[in-house]
Amino acid sequence: MSEIGTKSNPLRVAVIGAGPTGFYTAEHLFKQKEYVVEVDMFDRLPTPYGLVRYGVAPDHQKIKSVTAVYDRIAQNPGFRFFGNVQIGKDITASDLCQYYHQIVYTTGAQTDRQMNIPGEDLAGSLPATEFVAWYNGHPDFRDYDVDLSHENVAVVGVGNVAMDVARILCRTPEELATTDIADYALEKLRHSQVKNVYILGRRGPAQAAFTTPEIKELGEMADTDAYVEPDEAELDALSEAALAVSSDRATMKKVEVIQSYAGRPSSGKTRRLILRFLVSPVELFGDDTGQVVAMRMVKNKLYKTDSGTLRPKATDSFEEIPVGLVFRAIGYRGVPIPGVPFYDSWGVILNREGRVIDPETQAPITGQYTGGWIKRGPSGVIGTNKPDALETVQNMLADVAAGEILQPQHPTRAAAADFIAAKQPDYFSYDDWLKLDAIEVARGKAQGRPRVKFTSVPEMLTAVGKK
Amino acid sequence: MKVRRILATKGMRVITIGPEQQIRDAVAILARHNIGALVVVDTTNHPIGILSERDIIRESASNEQVFDRTVADLMTRDVITGMPNDDTHSLAHTMTERRFRHMPIVDEGVLIGIVSIGDILKAERDQYRGEIDTLETQIMANDD
Repeated sequence: MSEIGTKSNPLRVAVIGAGPTGFYTAEHLFKQKEYVVEVDMFDRLPTPYGLVRYGVAPDHQKIKSVTAVYDRIAQNPGFRFFGNVQIGKDITASDLCQYYHQIVYTTGAQTDRQMNIPGEDLAGSLPATEFVAWYNGHPDFRDYDVDLSHENVAVVGVGNVAMDVARILCRTPEELATTDIADYALEKLRHSQVKNVYILGRRGPAQAAFTTPEIKELGEMADTDAYVEPDEAELDALSEAALAVSSDRATMKKVEVIQSYAGRPSSGKTRRLILRFLVSPVELFGDDTGQVVAMRMVKNKLYKTDSGTLRPKATDSFEEIPVGLVFRAIGYRGVPIPGVPFYDSWGVILNREGRVIDPETQAPITGQYTGGWIKRGPSGVIGTNKPDALETVQNMLADVAAGEILQPQHPTRAAAADFIAAKQPDYFSYDDWLKLDAIEVARGKAQGRPRVKFTSVPEMLTAVGKK
Repeated sequence: MKVRRILATKGMRVITIGPEQQIRDAVAILARHNIGALVVVDTTNHPIGILSERDIIRESASNEQVFDRTVADLMTRDVITGMPNDDTHSLAHTMTERRFRHMPIVDEGVLIGIVSIGDILKAERDQYRGEIDTLETQIMANDD
């Protein structure tokens, strides 16, 4: 067998998942000069970019500009895209071993963590991720039913998804009309009766995961007042001491902005965004129809762990608030891929620095890798996936040098393309996507919006002439 | 950032040693796995100490027979443990202030990993690099 990674015998890599990490993986593979590499990228949806398209909030268009970087990576002659192809359904993980030397799973964290409290399954208690997918036009969620006739909504969690959900609920139709929010979502939000949105954090202002720009933005919305309970805006002694020692300016600034909302009188705006700290939901109550009507919360106080972290501990003081909708945004987890070892309690693929490992022997499984949120769990910003992907790619290249790669029966581009086309004739190439992209942008231009998204797979196929 | 984010990419096996084993065994294990510290566990896999390369070096300065000593002789007993939901920056602060470099991580009484100051630095470096990359991309983007 001739050497792998040469012009006549390129290293063939399958990347599963066309989100940021998938693209950064391809980028690092193309950037190195030692081996000739071909990357086939798969996604179960026809469209690339993963959470940049279906996660990043529509009122944060600037964050989406990173897609220009991905488009450039996709122009590499060694790159191909196979959208609308689902691994585990259209093609199996073991099929891939017949066509590729290495397989990288970058499928992200697609599902949410549960609160595990009574009443969580009542109607109106929902994962924030589904609401996000819905307003972003994810094809799986276009028929999602969210009842916005309630006045009081609670968002549990203080991470960026919680912030996004709260903001979208509080924005005016005019603020959203210039974004790429899904048309049906814009229509429904136009008739929203939501008046009060609670954001619930179990720790204090100094420990909240959101950034200063995110918290500032909450105070700058057209028709929503941001409000913080004055006593909850104050730092407790432990937080005060920790901040004095670390003198972390970012945290100080964040606390300052939060405190500026404390006790703020209403300025007559229609909606109110209420940030609550040191509270944890303990139970949801429903009416006769099984619809959530109220939430019981326990007040927390902070204690210091051995290692110095400030953690919340429940007190014996409780509070009830009326709510008709509850969105939980307390964490995300990956979905297992058939045939790939999974560490269930954390919702990640079992791996050591990106090499998928055998749960029994702890030895790497030849040719299998992972990157991004399905590798390390959900953390960081989009760019954090770049060094993450680099770590995986460095290990992939070390394994190529050591000859530790798969021995595919058909290691050619043509054979892979034939096989995929036979299994999923309606696959989307990158050119198909660029065609769809141009149509979406043109539709948007007419309305003064960045784009108007297609929100169903059949519509996407028809639009580019595949059906 | 949480400690679990670091543990997630380290596999799920912790390299441990028993207190009655000899330092020569410990040195062999440290070298084989290219690591700087071992968690010392009792028969129920509960952490009772930590043995770092620093502990061994310190002893070897005055005792050429260091290899024959037992792990229990040289290990540090007052071990501070962390939890997977701890914040990495508070771990880094505690390690820096108290001058140690490895912390066993325990989840509901079970030893699930060990985190070094180097692990935290790497994760924080990657986080900052990522933030810079994301901010640069946004700054360079056109406003249209």
